[in-house]
Order: sequence, then structure tokens, then C-alpha cells
Amino acid sequence: MKVLMFGWEFPPHISGGLGTACYGLVKGLNHHNQEVIFVVPKLWGDEEPLADFVNASDVVIDYRERKFKKIWKNLTYLEVSSFLVPYLGPEEFKKYTDFTIHDRTDVDESVFSNKFEFSGKYGKDLMKEVSRYALVAAQIAKSKEHDVIHAHDWLAYPAGIAAKEISGKPLIAHIHATEFDRSGESVNKPVYDIERAGMHAADHVVAVSHLTRKIVIDKYGVHPDKVSVLHNAVLDASIIHSDTRKHVPEKIVTFLGRITFQKGPEYFVEAAKKVIDRDPNVRFVMAGNGDLLNRMVERVAELGMGTKFHFTGFLKGKDVDDMYAISDVYVMPSVSEPFGIAPLEAVRHNTPVIISKQSGVAEVLVNAIKVDFWDVDAMADAIFGLLHYESISKMFKELGSEELKKLKWEHVAAKLVKVYEKTIKQ
Amino acid sequence: MRTICFYFQVHQPLRIKPYRFFDIGDDHYYWDDYSNKSIIRKVAQKCYLPMNALLLDLIHMHQGRFKVAFSISGVCLDQFEAFAPDVLESFKKLVATGHVEILSETDAHALCSLKSKDEFKRMVGRHTEKIKRHFSGYTPKVFRNTELIYSDKIGGMVAEMGYEGILTEGAKHILGWKSPNFVYQNAIEPNLKILLKNFQLSDDIAFRFSNKTWADYPLTTEKFVTWLNAVPKEQEVINLFMDYETFGEHQWAETGIFEFMKALPSAVFRYTDFNFSTPSEVVKNGTPVAKINVPTPISWADEERDLTAWLGNDLQNEAFSKLYEMESRVKNIEDEEIQRDWNYLQTSDHFYYMCTKFFSDGHVHSYFSHYDTPYDAFINYMNVLSDFILRVKMKENELAEAEE
Repeated sequence: MKVLMFGWEFPPHISGGLGTACYGLVKGLNHHNQEVIFVVPKLWGDEEPLADFVNASDVVIDYRERKFKKIWKNLTYLEVSSFLVPYLGPEEFKKYTDFTIHDRTDVDESVFSNKFEFSGKYGKDLMKEVSRYALVAAQIAKSKEHDVIHAHDWLAYPAGIAAKEISGKPLIAHIHATEFDRSGESVNKPVYDIERAGMHAADHVVAVSHLTRKIVIDKYGVHPDKVSVLHNAVLDASIIHSDTRKHVPEKIVTFLGRITFQKGPEYFVEAAKKVIDRDPNVRFVMAGNGDLLNRMVERVAELGMGTKFHFTGFLKGKDVDDMYAISDVYVMPSVSEPFGIAPLEAVRHNTPVIISKQSGVAEVLVNAIKVDFWDVDAMADAIFGLLHYESISKMFKELGSEELKKLKWEHVAAKLVKVYEKTIKQ
Repeated sequence: MRTICFYFQVHQPLRIKPYRFFDIGDDHYYWDDYSNKSIIRKVAQKCYLPMNALLLDLIHMHQGRFKVAFSISGVCLDQFEAFAPDVLESFKKLVATGHVEILSETDAHALCSLKSKDEFKRMVGRHTEKIKRHFSGYTPKVFRNTELIYSDKIGGMVAEMGYEGILTEGAKHILGWKSPNFVYQNAIEPNLKILLKNFQLSDDIAFRFSNKTWADYPLTTEKFVTWLNAVPKEQEVINLFMDYETFGEHQWAETGIFEFMKALPSAVFRYTDFNFSTPSEVVKNGTPVAKINVPTPISWADEERDLTAWLGNDLQNEAFSKLYEMESRVKNIEDEEIQRDWNYLQTSDHFYYMCTKFFSDGHVHSYFSHYDTPYDAFINYMNVLSDFILRVKMKENELAEAEE
């Protein structure tokens, strides 16, 4: 089978989990001898040769094709002049808005030129790039043979829709995150509209968790029969034995992620207070950056636990591994998490995890304590329990590695192939 | 007697290096040697060395009729000793003239007067020893507290320690209709005389000198003596208190600040009936006109002249209370490095960096802070403090084991 896949990023040049998931899927499909044409806005040349990569920046559009006109028409609504910057960290967002305020271009004709250089980022010209990407998709759909179209997240939906328009092949819309996960209830209407259009135009929808599937059905009005669940997996299930040792005598409880509303950092802070009140020999660490960081620092000071609760700022590379390695408990209190791969990384470091019931990963990870994100008492109990009752931690460590072995991208890809086959048959 | 009393504050904090969570329990050296050294060297070149040379010339030129006072924090003296012995030498030369007074203060330029009488006394004692050691046995007689922080209670403690005078801010909300240009008395201990900063004339030099939007720009000695002469005759003493870094650092050499100071004494002698005195001379010769009541502490900072630059927000209060929780424990530990760090961690500047007062409108006290935000300052300080607490605990355990 030949799959025409539209993504937005691909390792090693990624800024979030989307690229990693695409990589895992392509690798899994490769394992099952499926051919993949993978399109990204910008190729860097150092991607692992797992697919027939197409660099959207290289594609020349032949405007003589009549059907393109119809696609243009549908795309004009994308030329919005609002600050549409999903997936963006607060600092980047500020940079972006500052830039846009001083240097904004409402309509840019270059979208309709023969060739177009994509940035492939989530920046200033995101909407322009999304619409241009769709034109490129149409051109590719015309020139490259394929059996099914697969588009990842809203940025690639207009591309998927356009490709389907040209080739008439079935479209799979893959949901890694929805606008409701990113923005809570204050959704970006244009983004929501694109997501909805993509899901409805698709012949089948794939969600990364039952949690996300429910959102797709409830909030986007997609028929339940049309939505399947394909949980994410891990690229490497091996246990990491780190030489890094902690230098403090106390046990360490860690939050690692963006410090934003979606990740529920405030519940971690409140739970920390409850634990420290009972056991002063614990240190809490909040690793990451985000728009709620300063508020968290203030709250920690207000609660008087400044010498027990630490902030590391944004961590990368070896620091991330070290942080997992020296942690005794990892907590992910996300308010809304379509999947959430980080706890699996913690498991790889033999660190017991507590995850919120509002995360997709809770559906696949059995050996973890699961609490409601808002239930700080339960969270504190769980932290205290994992720190003091060795047997649970020990059990989690032993069973965790077994569990990881089941979470392979090959398995996910096998299920995906079935989805393809079923959809094509219809 | 009509007199002008110059006092210059000489202080540089020992800045903390970027200290990460991963360093806790591992790295026990907190100080940013590179930036501390380069800042001392920079300020030495721009301010301390040229201004000390200028003052020495003026003292010689006016044959001792021109005189000034310094308060040099212990943490700054330590850095001169390590990074700028030339500056220390030039201060010694000034003191040796006999026309330069050195004031007493807390060794670490700390806020301990607000928290612990014990620690306050210990720190002042340590500073006195340092001054004695560096300035051939010199003993300060007049006290000035960190950032001119003062209250009736602090004055009481200072009097108890045997000082005859103390310097503070002539804060409007304390003085009301009264003038700062008299000698006052402490409300509890009338023997302690109080010199109040004339913030109008002091700040004309320290803050407004180079401000081109100021109606009186440029400030010349002619203008300044006119203002001195405008002070009612019965008012006896003009206290001009300011940061020493005013000369060459806050006000660059290009502004003409050195020329202004060079010409000022001659202009004062020629056109006014003022002379110059040191604080201890003012204390000795001045007759106090009244007691002054300061129930809550004042300082010389910001428009409010209160403590909110150092204490008040949650970050500062948390850091301050966690630091002083350690006081009784540190006291029992005989360890040079722990005692050194305990001293330097108390420096007021660490708390100043955590001030959020002007953060919201983007007008941070950024000139004086090397941190991007007050939150960064807090995080870094608390990491260091956490390591310090661990070290104290380790020492305590060692002691306990030794006793067994």
C-alpha cells in the first residue's frame, strides 16, 4: 500500500511531540513494508530515510490544473490577520506578536507563486504556510501515485483535503491534540474550524486516546463509528541506567513540562505543600518554562516552602535525562492531555509515576497511580505513598519495564494498516 | 556654627553566581568571582580611584578645612582586599589625613537590625574589627545603618552599643513641618543624636545632576551656593548623604560631576558662611532641638522611604524568614566558610533583586540588578540557601557524632 502522508515536522528538527509520533508511525509502517510518501513544509536533509520524503518548499505548482482554482477559493478564508499561533511557548508568542504588530502583512500574494520557501515553524506566517501547504499537497496528489491520504493535526488538514480533492483517495485525519487541549475553553475559532473541516472531510478519524476520541465526537460532532483510537508508543522501550546521582539526601518529586494551564502546575504546587507538611525530607522540582512560571514561584514563596521547592527553568538534552534519573517520583497533573509521552520516559528511567486521569497515557499505562488533576489530596497521598511504601515503587519499577515493551510503534502501525484497509474498502 | 556634612556610602555586594538546582548538595561555592571582580575593577577605575585622588587634593588644598565621611561595608572592604588593593590604599591615605571620618555599620550591609539584636551586634562588632585592622586602629564613633534604615528601636540598640550619633533619612512623613537641617535626638535614648539627610540638596547632586529635563540643569557651584544661602540662618547643618558611586559611575565623568566637586569647597568658603564638618563633629558641637519619633522603620530608598525595596513581597519575606531561621543554628558552628557565607548571604542587595515594585510597569530597578526578573533572583537565592541549610545540617551531625 502507498500512503501519502502530510505532517508538519519530522525528527531531528522538531519542536514538540507531533514530529516524534510521526517518526514512530512511519518507522512502524516501514516495519510492515508499507510505502510512505512523507511531505513536510521544509526538509533539512538529515532525516532518517524511512520514507519517500517530499520537501514542500521544492514543489513547483502548475496552475494550469483547473481543479486548483476551486482549492484556492476554499483557501482564501485562511488569510486571516489574527494572531494564530498554537503550540507556541509564551516567549515565542511574545516575540511573534511583537513582530507582527510592527511588521504585519495582511495578504501576501507570494502564497500563489510557483514556488514558495516554507519555514516549517509555528511562527508569524503560520496561516500563510498552512494554505500554501494545501496548494502543494494538491500538486503532489496529482503527480504521485497513492492509495490513501493521511494528515497529522490541523496544520496538515487543508493539505489532506486538497489532496483528496485531486486524487479522490480516502483521507485519514489523525488527531494528536485538539484546540480544546491547547486552549481550554477559550478556543481559537479559525483553528477549530479547520480542525472540524478536516475531521468531517476525512473518511476516517484516528485519535491518540479515548479521551481525545470523546472530544472529537462531543465537540466536533463526528460520528462515533468514524473515529478509532490508536495510542502512541515509545521508540525505545529499553530501561535507561544512568550514572547520574543526586547530591541531596532528600527524595525528589518532579514535574517536567511546560508550565502552562494545560499541564496543571498549580495542583502540583498545592500537593507539594501537603506532602512537605507531613514529611519535610522531600524536595519538589518544577522543571520547565511557561506563562505560569512566575505565578508558581510566588505561590511557593507564599506557602513558605522556598527551600524545599525548586525551579530549574527550561531543561534540554542531558539535563532532562538527569532530571528523570534523580527523581523518586514523577508527577504529570495535566488538566487535559491527549496522550502525554513524558511519563513513559520517566518509566524508562525506573521512576514511578503519578498521572492525571485526564491524560491519554493513563489508558495504556497500568502501573502508575492515577488521580484527578484537581484532587490535590489524592495527589499528595499518592506522592507520600510512593515515597514511603517501598513495595509499590518496587512493583512499579519491575512491571513498568514489562509494560513498555508492549508499547511499540510496530503494533500501532499494524492497527493503522487495518484502518487503511477498512477505509479503502468503504 | 553653620556646616555641611558630606557622607558617602561605599558598598558592593558579593553577587551570587548562577546556581542551579543540580548544584545543591554538590557545589558549595556561591560567589560569582568573575563578575564581582570585574565590577569592582570597573567602579575602581571610574569612581573610587579618581574620586579618592580628587578628595585627597581638596583636603590638602584647603588644609583640612574640607572634610568628608565614608561608610564602607565589610563586604566591600573584603572585595577591595581581594580585587583592588590600590583602592584600599587610597582610602587609607585619606583616613590618614585626619580629616576623613569612617562610620560604623553592619559588616555585610545587612538587614539584621530588623530581625535580631544579637546578630546586629555581632555584625557591627565584626565591622569595627575590620575597620581597626585596615585603618591602623581607627575606631568609628558614629553609626549608619544599611540603607539609612532607622527606627526608635534601632536607635535604642545603637545607643546601647555606645554610639553617640546615627545617620538617617530626613523622610518627609517623619519630619512633617520640621527641617532636616538640625540635630535631633532618639525618642528612647536622648543621648543618641540623629543627623538627617537633606534629600533635596543631596539628590540634586546624586540623582538630578545630569538630568537634562530638570529645570535647574545644568547644576553649577554658583547655583548650589545660592541654594545654600537660601537656607534660613537659624538652620545649622546641611547633611549631604549619597552613594559614593554617584561620582563617575551613576553620574559619568562626562557630566562634569568631578569638576563640580572640585570647585564646590572653594565656592562654599568664598560665597557662604558654611564650613565642613564630619558627622562626629556635628554630633559633638550641635545642640539637639527636639526628639524625633520613628515608630516604624524608614530608609533612604524610593519615594516611599520605607523598607519595601527589600522586604514586603512574598518572595522577599520567604527568603528573609528562611535565612534567619538559621541564625541560632549557625551560631554554634565553628567553621570559617559557613560563617563567611552566613555573613554574605545576609547582604541586603540579595533581597533588593527580588523587589517586584516596579516590575509590572517594566521599570525594574534593573540598573542595580544582574537578574532578568525578581523571580530569577529568588530562584537562584533559594537554591543557594537550600545548599547552605544542607551544609549546616551536615556540620550539626558531625558535631553530634563527635559528642557521642
